[in-house]
Amino acid sequence: MFRRRSETRRPTVSVTVEGRPIAVPVGASAAAAVLAAGFNSIRETAGGSERMPYCMMGICFDCLAEIDDVPNRQSCMVEVQEGMRICRQVGARRIHPAAG
Amino acid sequence: MTVELAIVGAGPAGMAAAVLAGELGLDTVLLDEQNSPGGQIYRAIERAAPDTPLGPDYLAGRPLAAALRASRVDYRPNTTLWHVDPDGTLFLENARRSETVTARRILLATGAIERPVPIPGWTLPGVMTAGAAQTLLKTADLVPEGRVVLAGQGPLLYLVATQLVRAGALPVAILETAPLDNYLDAAHYLGSLWPGRRLLTRGLGLVAAIKRAGVPIRRGVRGIRAVGRRTVDRIDWEGGELAANHLLLHEGVIPNIQISLALQLRHEWDETQLCWRPALDAWGQTSLPNIAVAGDGGGIAGAEAAALTGRLAALDAALWLGHIGEAERDARARPIRAALARERALRPFLDRLYRPSRAVMVPAEDEIIACRCEEVSVGQIRRAARLGATGPNQLKAFTRCGMGPCQGRICGPVVAAIIADVHGKPIAEIGTYRPRAPFKPITVGALADLEIPDLASGIKSETPS
Repeated sequence: MFRRRSETRRPTVSVTVEGRPIAVPVGASAAAAVLAAGFNSIRETAGGSERMPYCMMGICFDCLAEIDDVPNRQSCMVEVQEGMRICRQVGARRIHPAAG
Repeated sequence: MTVELAIVGAGPAGMAAAVLAGELGLDTVLLDEQNSPGGQIYRAIERAAPDTPLGPDYLAGRPLAAALRASRVDYRPNTTLWHVDPDGTLFLENARRSETVTARRILLATGAIERPVPIPGWTLPGVMTAGAAQTLLKTADLVPEGRVVLAGQGPLLYLVATQLVRAGALPVAILETAPLDNYLDAAHYLGSLWPGRRLLTRGLGLVAAIKRAGVPIRRGVRGIRAVGRRTVDRIDWEGGELAANHLLLHEGVIPNIQISLALQLRHEWDETQLCWRPALDAWGQTSLPNIAVAGDGGGIAGAEAAALTGRLAALDAALWLGHIGEAERDARARPIRAALARERALRPFLDRLYRPSRAVMVPAEDEIIACRCEEVSVGQIRRAARLGATGPNQLKAFTRCGMGPCQGRICGPVVAAIIADVHGKPIAEIGTYRPRAPFKPITVGALADLEIPDLASGIKSETPS
Protein backbone atom coordinates (compact mmCIF):
# COMPACT_ATOMS: atom_id res chain seq x y z
CA MET A 1 0.00 0.00 0.00
CA PHE A 2 1.04 3.57 -0.63
CA ARG A 3 -0.32 6.67 1.04
CA ARG A 4 -0.24 10.34 0.17
CA ARG A 5 1.93 12.43 2.43
CA SER A 6 -0.34 14.43 4.70
CA GLU A 7 1.84 17.55 4.33
CA THR A 8 1.14 17.84 0.63
CA ARG A 9 -1.24 20.48 -0.70
CA ARG A 10 -0.94 19.80 -4.39
CA PRO A 11 -4.13 20.14 -6.46
CA THR A 12 -5.72 16.87 -7.51
CA VAL A 13 -7.71 15.38 -10.37
CA SER A 14 -10.33 12.63 -10.12
CA VAL A 15 -9.85 9.37 -11.96
CA THR A 16 -11.36 5.92 -11.56
CA VAL A 17 -9.42 2.72 -11.01
CA GLU A 18 -11.53 -0.36 -11.79
CA GLY A 19 -14.54 1.93 -11.49
CA ARG A 20 -13.56 3.20 -8.03
CA PRO A 21 -13.04 7.00 -7.88
CA ILE A 22 -9.80 8.38 -6.45
CA ALA A 23 -8.21 11.84 -6.26
CA VAL A 24 -4.55 11.96 -7.28
CA PRO A 25 -2.13 14.88 -7.55
CA VAL A 26 -1.93 16.71 -10.88
CA GLY A 27 1.07 15.44 -12.82
CA ALA A 28 0.96 11.94 -11.30
CA SER A 29 0.89 8.87 -13.51
CA ALA A 30 -1.97 6.41 -14.00
CA ALA A 31 0.24 3.77 -12.34
CA ALA A 32 0.56 6.02 -9.26
CA ALA A 33 -3.26 6.26 -9.18
CA VAL A 34 -3.52 2.47 -9.04
CA LEU A 35 -1.02 2.31 -6.17
CA ALA A 36 -2.72 5.19 -4.33
CA ALA A 37 -6.08 3.43 -4.69
CA GLY A 38 -4.68 0.50 -2.72
CA PHE A 39 -4.74 -2.14 -5.43
CA ASN A 40 -2.30 -5.02 -5.09
CA SER A 41 -2.19 -5.79 -8.77
CA ILE A 42 -2.24 -3.71 -11.93
CA ARG A 43 -2.09 -6.54 -14.40
CA GLU A 44 -2.24 -10.28 -14.57
CA THR A 45 0.27 -11.98 -16.86
CA ALA A 46 -0.83 -14.45 -19.50
CA GLY A 47 0.42 -17.09 -17.03
CA GLY A 48 -1.95 -15.75 -14.37
CA SER A 49 0.46 -14.10 -11.94
CA GLU A 50 -0.31 -10.69 -10.47
CA ARG A 51 2.04 -7.78 -11.13
CA MET A 52 2.60 -4.26 -9.91
CA PRO A 53 4.83 -1.60 -11.45
CA TYR A 54 8.50 -2.46 -10.95
CA CYS A 55 10.49 0.46 -12.43
CA MET A 56 8.03 3.40 -12.73
CA MET A 57 10.12 4.85 -15.57
CA GLY A 58 8.92 3.17 -18.73
CA ILE A 59 11.39 0.28 -18.83
CA CYS A 60 9.79 -2.85 -17.35
CA PHE A 61 6.30 -2.79 -18.91
CA ASP A 62 4.90 -4.48 -15.81
CA CYS A 63 2.43 -1.60 -15.39
CA LEU A 64 0.57 -2.29 -18.65
CA ALA A 65 -3.05 -1.31 -18.14
CA GLU A 66 -6.18 -0.38 -20.02
CA ILE A 67 -6.59 3.38 -19.98
CA ASP A 68 -9.71 5.01 -21.44
CA ASP A 69 -10.41 1.74 -23.28
CA VAL A 70 -6.97 1.51 -24.90
CA PRO A 71 -5.16 -1.65 -23.74
CA ASN A 72 -1.41 -2.20 -23.36
CA ARG A 73 -0.58 1.31 -22.19
CA GLN A 74 2.45 1.92 -20.01
CA SER A 75 0.51 3.40 -17.12
CA CYS A 76 3.65 4.80 -15.46
CA MET A 77 4.16 7.00 -18.55
CA VAL A 78 0.58 8.29 -18.82
CA GLU A 79 -0.29 11.45 -16.90
CA VAL A 80 -3.64 11.40 -15.10
CA GLN A 81 -6.41 13.58 -16.56
CA GLU A 82 -9.76 14.47 -15.03
CA GLY A 83 -12.18 11.58 -15.58
CA MET A 84 -9.56 9.11 -16.79
CA ARG A 85 -10.69 5.47 -16.56
CA ILE A 86 -7.93 3.08 -15.57
CA CYS A 87 -8.52 -0.68 -15.59
CA ARG A 88 -6.29 -3.63 -14.80
CA GLN A 89 -5.10 -5.62 -17.78
CA VAL A 90 -5.90 -9.27 -17.30
CA GLY A 91 -4.09 -11.78 -19.49
CA ALA A 92 -2.87 -10.87 -22.95
CA ARG A 93 -4.09 -7.52 -24.30
CA ARG A 94 -7.13 -7.43 -26.52
CA ILE A 95 -6.35 -6.71 -30.16
CA HIS A 96 -9.27 -4.34 -30.58
CA PRO A 97 -11.14 -2.73 -27.68
CA ALA A 98 -14.50 -3.58 -29.25
CA ALA A 99 -13.56 -7.24 -29.73
CA GLY A 100 -13.93 -7.91 -25.99
CA MET B 1 10.39 19.24 -40.62
CA THR B 2 14.18 19.54 -40.63
CA VAL B 3 16.32 20.76 -37.73
CA GLU B 4 20.04 21.07 -37.14
CA LEU B 5 20.11 19.19 -33.84
CA ALA B 6 17.64 16.76 -32.30
CA ILE B 7 18.25 15.83 -28.66
CA VAL B 8 16.55 12.75 -27.24
CA GLY B 9 15.85 12.96 -23.49
CA ALA B 10 15.34 15.99 -21.22
CA GLY B 11 17.37 14.89 -18.21
CA PRO B 12 20.45 16.80 -17.06
CA ALA B 13 22.49 15.94 -20.17
CA GLY B 14 19.69 16.72 -22.63
CA MET B 15 18.64 19.94 -20.91
CA ALA B 16 22.21 21.26 -20.59
CA ALA B 17 22.98 20.37 -24.20
CA ALA B 18 19.77 21.99 -25.45
CA VAL B 19 20.31 25.23 -23.52
CA LEU B 20 23.88 25.62 -24.80
CA ALA B 21 22.95 24.60 -28.35
CA GLY B 22 20.21 27.24 -28.27
CA GLU B 23 22.67 29.88 -27.07
CA LEU B 24 25.07 28.98 -29.89
CA GLY B 25 22.29 29.50 -32.43
CA LEU B 26 21.63 25.88 -33.38
CA ASP B 27 18.11 25.15 -34.57
CA THR B 28 17.38 22.56 -31.86
CA VAL B 29 14.52 20.26 -30.95
CA LEU B 30 14.46 18.48 -27.57
CA LEU B 31 12.29 15.36 -27.48
CA ASP B 32 11.16 13.81 -24.22
CA GLU B 33 8.70 11.16 -23.18
CA GLN B 34 7.86 12.81 -19.85
CA ASN B 35 5.36 15.62 -19.33
CA SER B 36 7.98 18.00 -17.89
CA PRO B 37 11.75 18.44 -18.05
CA GLY B 38 14.14 16.79 -15.58
CA GLY B 39 14.65 13.20 -16.68
CA GLN B 40 14.52 10.61 -13.89
CA ILE B 41 16.91 12.35 -11.51
CA TYR B 42 15.07 15.69 -11.58
CA ARG B 43 11.68 14.25 -12.40
CA ALA B 44 8.77 16.65 -11.74
CA ILE B 45 11.35 19.22 -10.57
CA GLU B 46 9.17 22.15 -11.61
CA ARG B 47 6.46 21.08 -9.14
CA ALA B 48 8.83 20.55 -6.22
CA ALA B 49 8.05 22.40 -2.98
CA PRO B 50 11.05 24.24 -1.48
CA ASP B 51 10.85 22.01 1.62
CA THR B 52 10.58 18.77 -0.37
CA PRO B 53 11.82 15.65 1.45
CA LEU B 54 13.78 14.93 -1.74
CA GLY B 55 16.40 17.40 -0.54
CA PRO B 56 18.89 19.92 -1.94
CA ASP B 57 20.54 17.66 -4.54
CA TYR B 58 17.16 17.23 -6.19
CA LEU B 59 16.37 20.96 -6.08
CA ALA B 60 19.73 21.54 -7.81
CA GLY B 61 17.96 20.55 -11.04
CA ARG B 62 15.69 23.60 -10.97
CA PRO B 63 17.98 26.17 -12.65
CA LEU B 64 18.58 23.81 -15.57
CA ALA B 65 14.84 23.29 -16.17
CA ALA B 66 14.27 27.05 -15.88
CA ALA B 67 17.06 27.75 -18.38
CA LEU B 68 15.47 25.30 -20.79
CA ARG B 69 12.08 27.01 -20.48
CA ALA B 70 13.74 30.40 -21.09
CA SER B 71 15.62 29.15 -24.17
CA ARG B 72 14.49 29.24 -27.79
CA VAL B 73 14.77 25.46 -28.00
CA ASP B 74 11.76 23.63 -29.45
CA TYR B 75 11.09 21.50 -26.34
CA ARG B 76 8.56 18.74 -26.96
CA PRO B 77 7.30 16.89 -23.89
CA ASN B 78 5.02 13.81 -24.05
CA THR B 79 6.83 12.75 -27.20
CA THR B 80 7.90 9.17 -27.72
CA LEU B 81 10.68 8.30 -30.13
CA TRP B 82 9.68 4.96 -31.63
CA HIS B 83 12.16 4.67 -34.45
CA VAL B 84 15.24 6.47 -35.71
CA ASP B 85 17.01 6.01 -39.01
CA PRO B 86 20.80 6.33 -39.00
CA ASP B 87 20.39 9.06 -41.65
CA GLY B 88 18.78 11.30 -39.03
CA THR B 89 15.04 10.75 -39.45
CA LEU B 90 13.25 10.46 -36.12
CA PHE B 91 9.81 8.88 -35.90
CA LEU B 92 7.76 10.40 -33.10
CA GLU B 93 4.43 9.82 -31.44
CA ASN B 94 2.51 12.40 -29.45
CA ALA B 95 -1.12 12.05 -28.36
CA ARG B 96 -1.42 8.99 -30.62
CA ARG B 97 -0.32 10.89 -33.73
CA SER B 98 2.92 10.15 -35.52
CA GLU B 99 5.25 12.51 -37.30
CA THR B 100 8.84 12.60 -38.45
CA VAL B 101 11.61 15.09 -37.81
CA THR B 102 14.84 15.02 -39.75
CA ALA B 103 17.94 16.19 -37.93
CA ARG B 104 21.38 16.89 -39.33
CA ARG B 105 22.76 15.73 -35.99
CA ILE B 106 21.30 13.63 -33.19
CA LEU B 107 22.30 13.65 -29.54
CA LEU B 108 21.06 10.70 -27.52
CA ALA B 109 20.69 11.65 -23.85
CA THR B 110 18.64 8.68 -22.74
CA GLY B 111 20.20 8.34 -19.30
CA ALA B 112 20.38 5.28 -17.11
CA ILE B 113 18.14 2.49 -15.91
CA GLU B 114 18.39 0.58 -12.66
CA ARG B 115 20.21 -2.71 -13.04
CA PRO B 116 17.69 -5.57 -12.90
CA VAL B 117 17.80 -7.43 -9.57
CA PRO B 118 16.56 -10.96 -10.32
CA ILE B 119 16.02 -12.50 -6.88
CA PRO B 120 13.41 -15.10 -5.91
CA GLY B 121 10.08 -13.30 -5.57
CA TRP B 122 11.05 -10.11 -7.43
CA THR B 123 7.83 -10.27 -9.47
CA LEU B 124 5.62 -10.25 -6.34
CA PRO B 125 3.50 -7.14 -5.80
CA GLY B 126 5.25 -5.14 -3.08
CA VAL B 127 8.66 -5.48 -4.72
CA MET B 128 9.84 -2.57 -6.83
CA THR B 129 13.07 -0.73 -7.44
CA ALA B 130 14.24 1.93 -5.01
CA GLY B 131 14.11 4.34 -7.94
CA ALA B 132 10.44 3.47 -8.52
CA ALA B 133 9.57 4.40 -4.93
CA GLN B 134 11.49 7.64 -5.39
CA THR B 135 9.59 8.40 -8.60
CA LEU B 136 6.29 7.95 -6.72
CA LEU B 137 7.47 10.44 -4.12
CA LYS B 138 8.59 12.92 -6.81
CA THR B 139 5.57 12.73 -9.05
CA ALA B 140 2.64 11.84 -6.78
CA ASP B 141 3.69 12.57 -3.17
CA LEU B 142 3.19 8.88 -2.42
CA VAL B 143 5.16 6.95 0.18
CA PRO B 144 5.08 3.22 0.89
CA GLU B 145 2.98 2.33 3.91
CA GLY B 146 3.78 -0.41 6.39
CA ARG B 147 7.13 -2.13 6.81
CA VAL B 148 9.62 -1.02 4.16
CA VAL B 149 12.92 -2.83 3.57
CA LEU B 150 15.57 -1.52 1.18
CA ALA B 151 18.03 -4.01 -0.23
CA GLY B 152 21.05 -3.76 -2.49
CA GLN B 153 23.79 -1.20 -2.72
CA GLY B 154 24.91 2.00 -4.35
CA PRO B 155 24.49 5.72 -3.71
CA LEU B 156 20.83 5.80 -4.81
CA LEU B 157 19.84 3.20 -2.21
CA TYR B 158 21.06 5.47 0.59
CA LEU B 159 19.59 8.56 -1.02
CA VAL B 160 16.14 6.97 -1.28
CA ALA B 161 16.39 5.71 2.32
CA THR B 162 17.16 9.25 3.50
CA GLN B 163 14.31 10.70 1.47
CA LEU B 164 11.86 8.16 2.90
CA VAL B 165 13.03 9.04 6.42
CA ARG B 166 12.39 12.73 5.69
CA ALA B 167 9.02 11.93 4.11
CA GLY B 168 7.91 10.12 7.25
CA ALA B 169 8.10 6.59 5.89
CA LEU B 170 10.85 5.21 8.10
CA PRO B 171 12.33 2.01 6.59
CA VAL B 172 12.63 -0.92 9.02
CA ALA B 173 16.04 -1.97 7.65
CA ILE B 174 18.61 -1.61 4.89
CA LEU B 175 20.15 -4.85 3.69
CA GLU B 176 23.40 -3.95 1.97
CA THR B 177 24.55 -6.56 -0.52
CA ALA B 178 27.99 -5.17 -1.42
CA PRO B 179 30.34 -8.15 -0.97
CA LEU B 180 32.69 -7.42 1.94
CA ASP B 181 35.63 -7.96 -0.49
CA ASN B 182 34.48 -4.81 -2.28
CA TYR B 183 35.68 -2.72 0.66
CA LEU B 184 39.17 -4.17 0.19
CA ASP B 185 39.13 -3.60 -3.59
CA ALA B 186 37.89 -0.04 -3.14
CA ALA B 187 40.74 0.59 -0.69
CA HIS B 188 43.11 0.48 -3.69
CA TYR B 189 41.44 3.65 -4.93
CA LEU B 190 41.75 5.74 -1.79
CA GLY B 191 43.58 8.24 -4.00
CA SER B 192 40.19 9.23 -5.46
CA LEU B 193 38.84 10.22 -2.07
CA TRP B 194 40.52 13.63 -1.85
CA PRO B 195 39.62 14.87 -5.37
CA GLY B 196 36.18 13.30 -4.91
CA ARG B 197 35.69 14.65 -1.39
CA ARG B 198 32.59 16.71 -2.17
CA LEU B 199 30.68 13.68 -3.43
CA LEU B 200 32.13 11.51 -0.67
CA THR B 201 31.02 13.94 2.06
CA ARG B 202 27.54 13.90 0.59
CA GLY B 203 27.46 10.09 0.65
CA LEU B 204 28.75 9.84 4.20
CA GLY B 205 26.14 12.43 5.20
CA LEU B 206 23.40 10.16 3.84
CA VAL B 207 24.63 7.14 5.78
CA ALA B 208 24.91 9.25 8.96
CA ALA B 209 21.34 10.55 8.52
CA ILE B 210 20.03 7.01 8.11
CA LYS B 211 21.81 5.87 11.26
CA ARG B 212 20.60 8.91 13.21
CA ALA B 213 17.05 8.03 12.23
CA GLY B 214 17.62 4.63 13.82
CA VAL B 215 17.37 2.56 10.63
CA PRO B 216 19.58 -0.51 11.02
CA ILE B 217 22.03 -1.21 8.18
CA ARG B 218 23.15 -4.82 7.75
CA ARG B 219 26.24 -5.33 5.61
CA GLY B 220 27.38 -8.23 3.45
CA VAL B 221 23.84 -9.63 3.14
CA ARG B 222 23.47 -12.60 0.74
CA GLY B 223 20.66 -14.73 -0.64
CA ILE B 224 17.80 -12.21 -0.41
CA ARG B 225 14.33 -13.57 -1.25
CA ALA B 226 10.93 -11.88 -1.27
CA VAL B 227 8.38 -14.26 0.22
CA GLY B 228 4.60 -14.06 0.15
CA ARG B 229 1.57 -15.60 -1.47
CA ARG B 230 -0.13 -12.68 -3.25
CA THR B 231 2.07 -9.84 -2.03
CA VAL B 232 5.33 -9.64 -0.11
CA ASP B 233 5.03 -10.41 3.57
CA ARG B 234 8.54 -11.47 4.50
CA ILE B 235 12.14 -10.98 3.38
CA ASP B 236 14.55 -13.88 3.91
CA TRP B 237 18.32 -13.90 3.57
CA GLU B 238 21.18 -16.16 4.66
CA GLY B 239 20.93 -16.08 8.42
CA GLY B 240 17.94 -13.78 8.83
CA GLU B 241 14.40 -12.78 8.05
CA LEU B 242 12.14 -9.77 8.50
CA ALA B 243 8.42 -9.18 8.15
CA ALA B 244 7.89 -6.61 5.37
CA ASN B 245 5.21 -5.15 3.10
CA HIS B 246 7.59 -3.47 0.68
CA LEU B 247 10.96 -4.50 -0.69
CA LEU B 248 12.80 -1.76 -2.59
CA LEU B 249 15.66 -3.18 -4.63
CA HIS B 250 18.67 -1.36 -6.07
CA GLU B 251 21.98 -2.64 -7.43
CA GLY B 252 23.21 0.49 -9.15
CA VAL B 253 22.40 1.93 -12.54
CA ILE B 254 23.52 1.02 -16.07
CA PRO B 255 23.32 2.99 -19.33
CA ASN B 256 19.98 2.91 -21.13
CA ILE B 257 21.23 1.70 -24.51
CA GLN B 258 17.99 0.56 -26.14
CA ILE B 259 18.16 3.19 -28.89
CA SER B 260 21.92 3.12 -29.38
CA LEU B 261 21.72 -0.67 -29.77
CA ALA B 262 18.84 -0.40 -32.23
CA LEU B 263 21.00 2.00 -34.27
CA GLN B 264 23.72 -0.66 -34.19
CA LEU B 265 26.27 1.82 -32.91
CA ARG B 266 29.52 0.24 -31.75
CA HIS B 267 29.28 -0.72 -28.06
CA GLU B 268 31.90 -1.76 -25.53
CA TRP B 269 31.64 -3.91 -22.42
CA ASP B 270 32.74 -1.93 -19.36
CA GLU B 271 34.37 -4.48 -17.06
CA THR B 272 34.51 -2.04 -14.12
CA GLN B 273 30.87 -0.91 -14.20
CA LEU B 274 29.75 -4.32 -15.54
CA CYS B 275 27.59 -2.93 -18.33
CA TRP B 276 27.55 -2.19 -22.03
CA ARG B 277 28.02 1.37 -23.24
CA PRO B 278 28.34 2.95 -26.68
CA ALA B 279 31.93 3.61 -27.75
CA LEU B 280 32.44 7.38 -27.61
CA ASP B 281 35.19 9.88 -28.26
CA ALA B 282 35.96 12.78 -25.90
CA TRP B 283 32.99 14.78 -27.31
CA GLY B 284 30.48 11.96 -27.12
CA GLN B 285 30.72 11.11 -30.82
CA THR B 286 29.57 7.54 -31.56
CA SER B 287 30.61 5.20 -34.38
CA LEU B 288 28.18 7.09 -36.67
CA PRO B 289 29.36 10.56 -37.70
CA ASN B 290 26.00 12.32 -37.16
CA ILE B 291 25.12 10.75 -33.81
CA ALA B 292 26.50 11.53 -30.35
CA VAL B 293 25.67 10.39 -26.82
CA ALA B 294 25.81 12.46 -23.62
CA GLY B 295 25.11 11.70 -19.98
CA ASP B 296 24.76 8.37 -18.21
CA GLY B 297 23.63 6.70 -21.44
CA GLY B 298 27.32 6.78 -22.40
CA GLY B 299 28.62 5.42 -19.07
CA ILE B 300 27.58 6.06 -15.47
CA ALA B 301 29.00 9.22 -13.89
CA GLY B 302 26.01 10.95 -12.28
CA ALA B 303 23.79 13.97 -12.92
CA GLU B 304 26.39 16.74 -12.64
CA ALA B 305 28.75 14.93 -15.02
CA ALA B 306 25.79 14.31 -17.36
CA ALA B 307 25.11 18.04 -17.69
CA LEU B 308 28.81 18.61 -18.43
CA THR B 309 29.02 15.94 -21.15
CA GLY B 310 25.80 17.39 -22.57
CA ARG B 311 27.55 20.76 -22.93
CA LEU B 312 30.60 19.16 -24.56
CA ALA B 313 28.37 17.43 -27.09
CA ALA B 314 26.55 20.70 -27.81
CA LEU B 315 29.88 22.45 -28.49
CA ASP B 316 30.94 19.67 -30.84
CA ALA B 317 27.59 19.82 -32.63
CA ALA B 318 28.04 23.59 -33.03
CA LEU B 319 31.43 23.05 -34.63
CA TRP B 320 30.14 20.27 -36.84
CA LEU B 321 27.23 22.43 -38.03
CA GLY B 322 29.47 25.43 -38.70
CA HIS B 323 28.31 27.74 -35.89
CA ILE B 324 31.68 27.99 -34.15
CA GLY B 325 35.28 27.22 -35.06
CA GLU B 326 37.51 24.58 -33.57
CA ALA B 327 39.46 27.06 -31.45
CA GLU B 328 36.26 28.38 -29.87
CA ARG B 329 34.95 24.87 -29.21
CA ASP B 330 38.18 23.87 -27.49
CA ALA B 331 38.42 27.07 -25.46
CA ARG B 332 34.84 26.77 -24.23
CA ALA B 333 35.37 23.09 -23.44
CA ARG B 334 38.39 23.63 -21.18
CA PRO B 335 36.55 24.66 -17.96
CA ILE B 336 33.88 22.02 -18.66
CA ARG B 337 36.53 19.30 -18.87
CA ALA B 338 38.13 20.49 -15.63
CA ALA B 339 34.75 20.29 -13.85
CA LEU B 340 34.13 16.87 -15.42
CA ALA B 341 37.42 15.55 -14.06
CA ARG B 342 36.35 16.65 -10.55
CA GLU B 343 32.95 14.98 -10.94
CA ARG B 344 34.49 11.73 -12.13
CA ALA B 345 37.22 11.64 -9.49
CA LEU B 346 35.34 9.47 -7.01
CA ARG B 347 34.05 7.04 -9.68
CA PRO B 348 36.91 4.50 -9.57
CA PHE B 349 36.34 4.16 -5.81
CA LEU B 350 32.53 3.98 -6.07
CA ASP B 351 32.63 1.52 -8.98
CA ARG B 352 34.67 -0.93 -6.89
CA LEU B 353 32.80 -0.39 -3.65
CA TYR B 354 29.43 -0.95 -5.30
CA ARG B 355 30.38 -3.57 -7.86
CA PRO B 356 27.44 -5.96 -7.98
CA SER B 357 28.07 -9.43 -6.64
CA ARG B 358 28.16 -12.45 -8.93
CA ALA B 359 24.76 -13.53 -7.59
CA VAL B 360 23.17 -10.33 -8.98
CA MET B 361 24.74 -10.83 -12.41
CA VAL B 362 24.15 -14.61 -12.62
CA PRO B 363 21.27 -15.69 -10.36
CA ALA B 364 21.95 -19.08 -8.78
CA GLU B 365 18.40 -20.43 -8.39
CA ASP B 366 16.87 -21.92 -11.53
CA GLU B 367 13.31 -20.99 -10.51
CA ILE B 368 13.92 -17.21 -10.57
CA ILE B 369 12.02 -15.43 -13.34
CA ALA B 370 14.57 -13.71 -15.59
CA CYS B 371 12.20 -12.42 -18.29
CA ARG B 372 9.31 -10.77 -16.46
CA CYS B 373 7.30 -10.27 -19.66
CA GLU B 374 7.36 -13.80 -21.06
CA GLU B 375 7.87 -15.43 -17.66
CA VAL B 376 11.02 -17.30 -18.64
CA SER B 377 13.06 -18.67 -15.76
CA VAL B 378 16.79 -18.66 -15.16
CA GLY B 379 16.70 -22.47 -15.48
CA GLN B 380 15.08 -22.30 -18.94
CA ILE B 381 17.76 -19.83 -20.06
CA ARG B 382 20.51 -22.05 -18.69
CA ARG B 383 19.07 -25.09 -20.50
CA ALA B 384 18.80 -23.19 -23.79
CA ALA B 385 22.40 -22.02 -23.42
CA ARG B 386 23.51 -25.61 -22.78
CA LEU B 387 21.55 -26.72 -25.83
CA GLY B 388 23.77 -24.41 -27.84
CA ALA B 389 22.31 -20.88 -27.81
CA THR B 390 25.44 -18.76 -28.17
CA GLY B 391 23.99 -15.29 -27.68
CA PRO B 392 20.91 -13.39 -26.50
CA ASN B 393 19.34 -13.16 -29.98
CA GLN B 394 19.53 -16.88 -30.58
CA LEU B 395 18.30 -17.60 -27.07
CA LYS B 396 15.31 -15.40 -27.79
CA ALA B 397 14.24 -17.79 -30.53
CA PHE B 398 14.74 -20.78 -28.19
CA THR B 399 12.72 -19.44 -25.25
CA ARG B 400 10.76 -16.24 -26.17
CA CYS B 401 12.92 -14.54 -23.55
CA GLY B 402 13.17 -10.88 -24.54
CA MET B 403 10.25 -11.08 -26.98
CA GLY B 404 7.73 -9.47 -24.63
CA PRO B 405 6.73 -5.82 -24.49
CA CYS B 406 9.88 -4.63 -22.67
CA GLN B 407 11.93 -5.92 -25.61
CA GLY B 408 14.68 -7.23 -23.37
CA ARG B 409 15.29 -4.00 -21.48
CA ILE B 410 15.04 -5.86 -18.17
CA CYS B 411 16.23 -9.39 -19.00
CA GLY B 412 19.02 -8.40 -21.43
CA PRO B 413 21.83 -8.08 -18.89
CA VAL B 414 20.71 -11.23 -17.02
CA VAL B 415 20.46 -13.37 -20.16
CA ALA B 416 23.90 -12.34 -21.42
CA ALA B 417 25.51 -13.05 -18.05
CA ILE B 418 23.91 -16.52 -17.80
CA ILE B 419 24.98 -17.48 -21.34
CA ALA B 420 28.50 -16.26 -20.61
CA ASP B 421 28.54 -18.30 -17.41
CA VAL B 422 27.31 -21.51 -19.11
CA HIS B 423 29.85 -21.23 -21.93
CA GLY B 424 32.68 -20.05 -19.67
CA LYS B 425 33.22 -16.93 -21.78
CA PRO B 426 33.45 -13.25 -20.92
CA ILE B 427 30.18 -11.29 -21.32
CA ALA B 428 32.00 -9.06 -23.81
CA GLU B 429 32.01 -12.02 -26.25
CA ILE B 430 28.32 -12.85 -25.75
CA GLY B 431 26.87 -9.59 -27.03
CA THR B 432 23.45 -8.01 -26.59
CA TYR B 433 19.93 -8.19 -27.92
CA ARG B 434 19.35 -6.33 -31.15
CA PRO B 435 16.30 -4.15 -30.35
CA ARG B 436 14.05 -3.07 -33.19
CA ALA B 437 11.37 -0.49 -33.87
CA PRO B 438 8.89 0.38 -32.57
CA PHE B 439 10.84 1.11 -29.38
CA LYS B 440 7.54 1.67 -27.56
CA PRO B 441 4.05 0.34 -28.32
CA ILE B 442 2.20 2.57 -30.77
CA THR B 443 -1.28 2.09 -32.14
CA VAL B 444 -1.87 1.01 -35.72
CA GLY B 445 -3.74 4.31 -36.08
CA ALA B 446 -0.66 6.31 -35.08
CA LEU B 447 1.37 4.36 -37.61
CA ALA B 448 -1.21 4.73 -40.37
CA ASP B 449 -1.46 8.52 -40.21
CA LEU B 450 2.26 8.91 -40.74
CA GLU B 451 3.03 10.97 -43.80
CA ILE B 452 6.35 10.17 -45.39
CA PRO B 453 6.52 12.00 -48.72
CA ASP B 454 10.01 10.71 -49.54
CA LEU B 455 8.93 7.16 -48.94
CA ALA B 456 5.86 7.52 -51.18
CA SER B 457 7.89 9.00 -54.04
CA GLY B 458 10.61 6.39 -53.53
CA ILE B 459 8.12 3.58 -53.89
CA LYS B 460 6.66 5.19 -56.99
CA SER B 461 10.01 5.60 -58.71
CA GLU B 462 10.96 2.00 -57.97
CA THR B 463 7.73 0.61 -59.40
CA PRO B 464 8.52 -1.04 -62.73
CA SER B 465 6.49 0.51 -65.55
